[in-house]
Amino acid sequence: MSTKKEIWVYAEQENGKLAGTVFELLSEGRKLAEKSGFTLCALLASADGKPMHQELFNYGAKKIYNVEDPKLVTYQNDYFAKVVDQLLKSEEPEIVLYGASTIGRSIAPTVAVMGWAGLTADCTELDFDTERNILLQTRPAFGGNIMATIICPDHRPQMATVRSNVFKKERVSENETGEVIDVTVDLSDVPERMKRIESVEEEINMVDLKAAEYIVSGGRGIGAPENFDKIEKLANMLGGAVGASRATVDAGWISHHHQVGQTGKTVCPLIYIACGISGAIQHLAGMQSADLIIAINKDPDAPIFDVADFGLVGDLHEVVPEFTKQIAALKA
Amino acid sequence: MNIVVCIKQVPDSDKVTIDRETNRLNRAGVPSIINPFDENALEMALQLKDNHGGKVTVLSMGPPQAEEALRTALSLGADEAILVSDRKFGGADTWATSYTLSLALKKIEDPIDLILFGKQAIDGDTAQVGPGVAHFYGVPMITYAKECEVTDDGFRVKQVTDRGYNLWEVEKPAALTVVKEANELRMPNLRKKLAAKKAEIPTWGFDDLNPDEEKIGLSGSPTKVNKVFAPPIKLNKEILSGEPADMVKELIFKLREKKVL
Repeated sequence: MSTKKEIWVYAEQENGKLAGTVFELLSEGRKLAEKSGFTLCALLASADGKPMHQELFNYGAKKIYNVEDPKLVTYQNDYFAKVVDQLLKSEEPEIVLYGASTIGRSIAPTVAVMGWAGLTADCTELDFDTERNILLQTRPAFGGNIMATIICPDHRPQMATVRSNVFKKERVSENETGEVIDVTVDLSDVPERMKRIESVEEEINMVDLKAAEYIVSGGRGIGAPENFDKIEKLANMLGGAVGASRATVDAGWISHHHQVGQTGKTVCPLIYIACGISGAIQHLAGMQSADLIIAINKDPDAPIFDVADFGLVGDLHEVVPEFTKQIAALKA
Repeated sequence: MNIVVCIKQVPDSDKVTIDRETNRLNRAGVPSIINPFDENALEMALQLKDNHGGKVTVLSMGPPQAEEALRTALSLGADEAILVSDRKFGGADTWATSYTLSLALKKIEDPIDLILFGKQAIDGDTAQVGPGVAHFYGVPMITYAKECEVTDDGFRVKQVTDRGYNLWEVEKPAALTVVKEANELRMPNLRKKLAAKKAEIPTWGFDDLNPDEEKIGLSGSPTKVNKVFAPPIKLNKEILSGEPADMVKELIFKLREKKVL
């Protein structure tokens, strides 16, 4: 395999604004670059790339493959897939990372199929095996009941998607420099099979779990939907947000906007308080990068205690209101 | 209108547990179900059929017992079912699965207007097969669809995004992956349930699809599982027990000591 010793981050953008995940991927990509000796690069497809270049360099990209076309202002799968596919085939990078957003999860599988490349979804850990020169891609598997490390031994590029908030972003400096390589991709022959006619950002009732510093989550152990009241009181007292396990969302106790876990949101708060959550791996996949985890559960053998920094063995119906009360006293 | 819904039979993953001693999954006795998101895709197809007429075909790739999932789909109102099954297809990752399913779609004789998938399967959670099939089959793809209206020459589709939604107009034939919020599921119909039990479900294997042997099963799959393990256990943890008031008091003391509260 005569591929280029390069690690690419797909620099997802819309209307000239880069997705936050891009910076997280570049930050993690630097570690992989260091370990592998490969060069960290960004692939930027947009209508006007220049204003975004400095930030990409600041987070560690040494080289930017810059593709510009008025058709690339907002996402449209056919255009972006053609751009990425053409560059993967002409430049042959070893590794490509994408954010697991709606956009990343559409483009990545399309270009994987176009190029017979391996693609691993929603990785929670990436590492580089220097002996075999392959990317180790770890993710929850079997419905999030166990972890699996996936490899792609014989096909290139090795590609992975990573959800937001899995890796921490870290700028190298404010004034990094690098190389810009302009590439032209002819989009005139791509048939216009779909057209975006409206794009709306909704803010009403959006639960901002991703930005919350404190999250209090309820699981099946809360017993009944009305008991989310106790969870909410503690969350409010801490100035945080309410999270929920898949079981409570599936049971219809609370809206899916609150769901934390592999099929819900990935969160990274200062403190995550899991109340009556047993700790299925699919839930852990969404919250284990929290700075500090507190578990409240009456079952001392619940797997949630395996990942907790503090475990309170007791009845959440007593412990949670007590917690709220003592925090209130502290604030008074 | 002809709609094909691709469904997957999956283990009910909520009921799978892990054996901490052996690091293996306890999978015995875990029931198989239709992937929940695929049920929403089927419901979307059935509602389109209720309003515009046509035919709904369900297609599934899997071992022979996946036929059960197809019969459930028939009892909900699907008109026809096809099982794609062959030992040679086994061990396929999302790439090889997408390729194989696209060959089955090409073998369906009636022209297809719409292909629906659930947004992802709850066992693999990859969300890759829908876009993969769409590309192999050669139709435009819209992921995370919440609503789908029929227009003169295609569909108007509401796509859920990370911050809101996009509205698309897409020509037919098209492929969509469907989110849970798209609809409420209907109950199986008793008469259809009886008919579903007796329905003939053709099985399409290697010889029916005539695939490129390199591109199916294990050999067609770029990704391999390197190892499987239970997640690591945190070592420096403190477990408190006793009276709620005392536990909470101690916890708050320690959190303040760590300066996180």
